[in-house]
Amino acid sequence: MSTSAIIMMLLVQGTVTAITGYLFYKVLTTKPKPEPDSYIENDSDPR
Amino acid sequence: MTVKEAWGSRIGLILAMAGNAVGLGNFLRFPVKAVQNGGGEFIIPYLVCFLVMGLPLLFVEWGMGRFGGKFGDHSTPFILNNMTKKNFWKYFGVFGIFTNFGVIAYYTYIESWTLAYVFESIKGTFVGMDIQAVGNFFNEYVDIKSDGSIFNWPIKAIIFFTITLAINIYILSKGLSGGIEKAAKIAMPLLLVFGLFLAIRGLTLGKTGECVGCDSNVALAFIWEPSLNGLWNFKTWLEAAGQVFFTLSVGMGTIQCYASYIRSKDDIALNAVSAGFMNEFVEIVLGASIVIPIAVGYLGMDWVMENAGFMMAFKTMPFLFDNWGATLGIAAGVMWFGLLFFAGVTSSLAMGTPWMGFMEHEFDWSRKKAAFVFGCIVFVLAIPPIILFQQGVFDEYDYWSGTVSLVVFALAEVIIFGWVFGIDKAWHEVTHGADIKIPTIFKFFIKWVTPLFISVVFIGALIKPNGDQWAESWNSFTSGNGWIFDNGSILNQIFRFNTPATELKWFVEGSPTSLFFVDMSRLLLTLTFLFVCYLVYVASKKRNNRIPVEHK
Repeated sequence: MSTSAIIMMLLVQGTVTAITGYLFYKVLTTKPKPEPDSYIENDSDPR
Repeated sequence: MTVKEAWGSRIGLILAMAGNAVGLGNFLRFPVKAVQNGGGEFIIPYLVCFLVMGLPLLFVEWGMGRFGGKFGDHSTPFILNNMTKKNFWKYFGVFGIFTNFGVIAYYTYIESWTLAYVFESIKGTFVGMDIQAVGNFFNEYVDIKSDGSIFNWPIKAIIFFTITLAINIYILSKGLSGGIEKAAKIAMPLLLVFGLFLAIRGLTLGKTGECVGCDSNVALAFIWEPSLNGLWNFKTWLEAAGQVFFTLSVGMGTIQCYASYIRSKDDIALNAVSAGFMNEFVEIVLGASIVIPIAVGYLGMDWVMENAGFMMAFKTMPFLFDNWGATLGIAAGVMWFGLLFFAGVTSSLAMGTPWMGFMEHEFDWSRKKAAFVFGCIVFVLAIPPIILFQQGVFDEYDYWSGTVSLVVFALAEVIIFGWVFGIDKAWHEVTHGADIKIPTIFKFFIKWVTPLFISVVFIGALIKPNGDQWAESWNSFTSGNGWIFDNGSILNQIFRFNTPATELKWFVEGSPTSLFFVDMSRLLLTLTFLFVCYLVYVASKKRNNRIPVEHK
């Protein structure tokens, strides 16, 4: 494998992996909106 | 009385949405397209298409879905109706239900092959088989005959298909949070673990000594060698745009349905980008590192260039895994077909939801009733492609439902969203409640670039020249010799320019020809479309007699 191919592979795959990881981190750490929101698992009373 | 549907958690929604997008194509279509379009030449146009067409389309569909949910609409006919205030558009929305029937009918059949191959791998069926024997096993499994018989009767495959369909129906009947979300929370992590294992194996395989040039690094070099040549090649752009389009599962009405259960104050922007990038991770990081590198490692680049295709998953991979010894070969087989099954089932579940949402909310059907009837319709629609596998029916379903309908509907929805609904309202729908800031350039993409890209993809499919020789066909056209249509172009499929009149017969010596079965399958798909149109018409009449649903 040439150096340019290795750089291209690492750059593309690394960037996609990093962005995916960052977005999931943001999803998991963003505070939920006040109730009632769209998700039932965080409800104190079932709908 | 129907049970109100809702998502259990945000991460569950994203996994379900990513599962909708991640399908068999991530592991099979993407690497094959990359190989067929010059490897490194393909990657840059592909990434550009993802940014300027893929992400905007995701925003459009998520935005449309959440907008529809405000009015209690969970399927595209009435989402479009509410966005445009014109009755006509709701019949365009029929594509968002019909397409899923057409696609799931053959998609679940493929899904059932993966389930069957998991069991065959566990049994050790492929241990010691050469590549010819593995190919023959598949032909016997789907009952491909060489004696000219019309019908295929693959009893074992029909049993596995029925089991697979039953699994889908059972999960659908459990609803969004109790069924689809739970399935996605199990399937997606397992898919990632299996995919990572196989991708690491593909990346580290190296030289195997099976042939001169049998080296996985040759494949990786081919796929990743940067080249700007693809930027000046119209065909490469067309193929890249098509791949981005199909990998994201847009144009099917499934994303709108999932998003319609999100409240208007909640985020869709971060959700959409997260699900989209998860699909890209599976495609670019995992998909690019499994099939082609492993195949080149044992069969060489020349073999792969000649034989790269969808069927490699079943006709080649078990043989390749067997090179790793019995135990690891069996484990790899289970992981490979397991991940394909998980990728398939999370997509087919999504295909069931537009129908479920439509029948539950327009006709007050229970989940169980909607799921059971869906299963019955799918079973009936699936029989022709299964028993007429060799007569072109399977491909016909894929062509009209899984290709043409998607592009037509996506083009319509992006025009409606950006132009009829209005780009300012559309942008507000996308950004309202957003947990990330979306660059304003995407507003420009949604209005101008995405419709342009999809139009080009559609026109490219409409008039695709023979062998993708655009320059030659153009020269032929301008010199008065007419356009040279490819057999797969939409216009040729409709008007059959390339078929001699003597071959346009339904019966030869009293026996039906393949043309007869192809035309009958087109009739069946047309009737399915009209059936959904009728349901939308009845639902519309019912709505006129109903008190309007209050905004949430």
